[in-house]
Amino acid sequence: MSTTTDASPQPAHPTGPPRRPGVRSVLVWGAVALVGAVCWAVLALSRGEDVSALWMLFAALSSYAIAYRFYSRFIARRVLEVDDTRATPAERLDNGVDFEVTDRRVLFGHHFAAIAGAGPLVGPVLAAQMGYLPGTIWIIVGVILAGAVQDMVVLFFSVRRDGKSLGQMVREEIGVVGGIAALIAVFAIMIIILAVLALVVVNALAESPWGVFSIGLTIPIALFMGFYLRCLRPGRVLEVTAIGVVLLLLAIVAGGWIDGSALADDLTLSKETLTLCLVAYGFIASVLPVWMLLTPRDYLSTFMKVGVIVLLAVGLVIAAPTIQADAVTSFATDGDGPVFAGKVFPFVFITIACGALSGFHALIASGTTPKLLAKESQVRMIGYGGMLMESFVAISALIAAVVIDQGLYYSMNAPAGATGGTVESAAEFVANLGFTITPDQLAAAAAAVEEESLISRTGGAPTLAFGLSQVFSEAFGGGLQAFWYHFAIMFEALFILTAVDAGTRVGRFMLQDTVGNVWKRFGDTSWTVGTWIASAVVVGAWGSMLYVGVTDPLGGINQLFPLFGIANQLLAAIALTLCVTLLIKHDKLRWAWVPGIPLAWDLVVTMTASWQKVFSDNPAIGYFAQADRYREARDAGEVLAPAADAGQMDQVVFNSTLNGVLQAAFALLVIVIVANAVVIWVRAARAGGLPTTEVPHTPSRIVAPADFFATAEEKEAMRAWEESHGAEPVGGRR
Amino acid sequence: MSAGPAVRVRRAVDGVRWYLKEVTGESRWEAYLARCERDGVDPMTRRDYERHRIDLREHNPQSRCC
Repeated sequence: MSTTTDASPQPAHPTGPPRRPGVRSVLVWGAVALVGAVCWAVLALSRGEDVSALWMLFAALSSYAIAYRFYSRFIARRVLEVDDTRATPAERLDNGVDFEVTDRRVLFGHHFAAIAGAGPLVGPVLAAQMGYLPGTIWIIVGVILAGAVQDMVVLFFSVRRDGKSLGQMVREEIGVVGGIAALIAVFAIMIIILAVLALVVVNALAESPWGVFSIGLTIPIALFMGFYLRCLRPGRVLEVTAIGVVLLLLAIVAGGWIDGSALADDLTLSKETLTLCLVAYGFIASVLPVWMLLTPRDYLSTFMKVGVIVLLAVGLVIAAPTIQADAVTSFATDGDGPVFAGKVFPFVFITIACGALSGFHALIASGTTPKLLAKESQVRMIGYGGMLMESFVAISALIAAVVIDQGLYYSMNAPAGATGGTVESAAEFVANLGFTITPDQLAAAAAAVEEESLISRTGGAPTLAFGLSQVFSEAFGGGLQAFWYHFAIMFEALFILTAVDAGTRVGRFMLQDTVGNVWKRFGDTSWTVGTWIASAVVVGAWGSMLYVGVTDPLGGINQLFPLFGIANQLLAAIALTLCVTLLIKHDKLRWAWVPGIPLAWDLVVTMTASWQKVFSDNPAIGYFAQADRYREARDAGEVLAPAADAGQMDQVVFNSTLNGVLQAAFALLVIVIVANAVVIWVRAARAGGLPTTEVPHTPSRIVAPADFFATAEEKEAMRAWEESHGAEPVGGRR
Repeated sequence: MSAGPAVRVRRAVDGVRWYLKEVTGESRWEAYLARCERDGVDPMTRRDYERHRIDLREHNPQSRCC
């Protein structure tokens, strides 16, 4: 509810003098703290007894509430000193296109839709290999001290710089060297992320005619919606989205009929075929006008995403499933887990990635969102609050993975080379890990969701879908497990494909923009030839990484996911480095620990992980050690399992070397940026602050509440403002 | 402010409707009409307006996160 007017005096702002907390407030927050403490105690102290997953859920919710109420407020008031008398870029530069004052709740929706994706769903599922406790602790502590802080602080600094991008800010505030390194890192990291996300989809759809059919149908559905909005009834987004969602549900149901029919064989696609389909799709989607495919798909996936999250929260509370996993598994301490190699430190942090701290969010928080923000104080609710919600999604995904039978979990998530691919060999394999599940039980689980097999369905998506289907069918009854499974697969695939569409397009624009600096014509995004070339380069880059992952004899997910996780966390290191730099330049050295602690931790984690991935002499962890081992064996004329022939031996050598080089390159880029920043830190700290590119203070004429719910004072201020000036509400309702 | 349950439900439904229309951008057309009326300008047709709006997105892609 924001109101605009021509007068300039300022009404009440949320940053008033400190007040003594009321009795009610003390009681409420005391109760929340108590609930949180009890939940954490149960999780931490239970060993070998049945623990309900609700303890995890409520430990998370109460911790979020306390962090939001106290820590984010502290950051807003003391560290950032948000100033609502300052006009935001949205107010000053309002052009009705990219700069525009937006209702805070609407912007929260947009921001959340932009940051939420498949990462926080997939990462925690894989991290469940370490047990439920390490994942739970990092998702909650990580978001409170690192992830949400990064999103909020980057958003704030971008707002103070007219919505400049992360790369631009690094170049201007840290230096040209850092800026160029950041540009390369952002582009390369985006390619890796697209490749790994696409790999998750390929793994979920391979050999699944039901999934392929349902996902395939989303393309004509999106096209139909696009034409509907363009030609039939322009602008009726809600109407067409409702039609789209109904068609989508029909597509899932229809997939079940296809499953038993003659078409099933034609739709049983290999991973290689699916890769080619995805690459072709990515290219076409990136050059087509946005109204045809991208925009309608975005509506669908956003509604599905929010719907599933709500459904999952409700389902978990009703079903109240019991945790099946151990608190901490032996893989955490021995580092020999089948899902991915390495010990709990540093690999649980790398694997969870987006659910606790995501560098990618810094790109959103410094892109679209800052140009729409009505008031500086709203960075708290949008930046910090949005990330807490993302973390909640991650906790829910972790719960879904730890409440399924753990024998099944390992049968699904270990690579085919380990499980042997049949129910008998998989049962034997998990027995060696110390879990019991019979071949019949494995076959029954696959039959329950009407899939041919669940053995080695790696990538996290099938496991999550199985967990969700179990929770939903327990909570809502009706024996619909197969429907729920494919519903979950559909929803994951749908928004991964949206991310692939949008990511390819953003990558294309970045490439055109960068090359446009030296070859002017290429920078013109409406030049068809340039568009096609840039799209082909971007699609080719992630497509070839995807192919590497798909054909990797060692299993693409356990090879590539660490690369993805480390890349994302390194991007976060770049963002946090910028935050520390700006605080010191603004002469706030004493608050530099706020982004500084997460930065230090993130650097320790990512550099340790990078070091291990590059230099470890354990072939299960170090990429080069792995390449050496297979090279030596190949030269001796041997074939090492899980490779099946000499060709696959060559492939392992090539893939491992490539991954190792990429890994080393990312780490070096980040070291360059941090080193560049440290020089600035020292200079700024000595000088007691340095000039920055912050835009000067311009008085704000807008009144808008700071938080989700307007306080009584804010409501009164808004009302008085509207009455005394007869102003019309902008982007809000009365 | 005391209101009967019927009024409250109605308010909640209105709120959800308002939110959805705002989030999807559907209400932009109404805001545009109101603005035209205030400024005394003849509005363009809805078809043209929506086309113009969506074409702006063409060169302003928004990233979707992992």
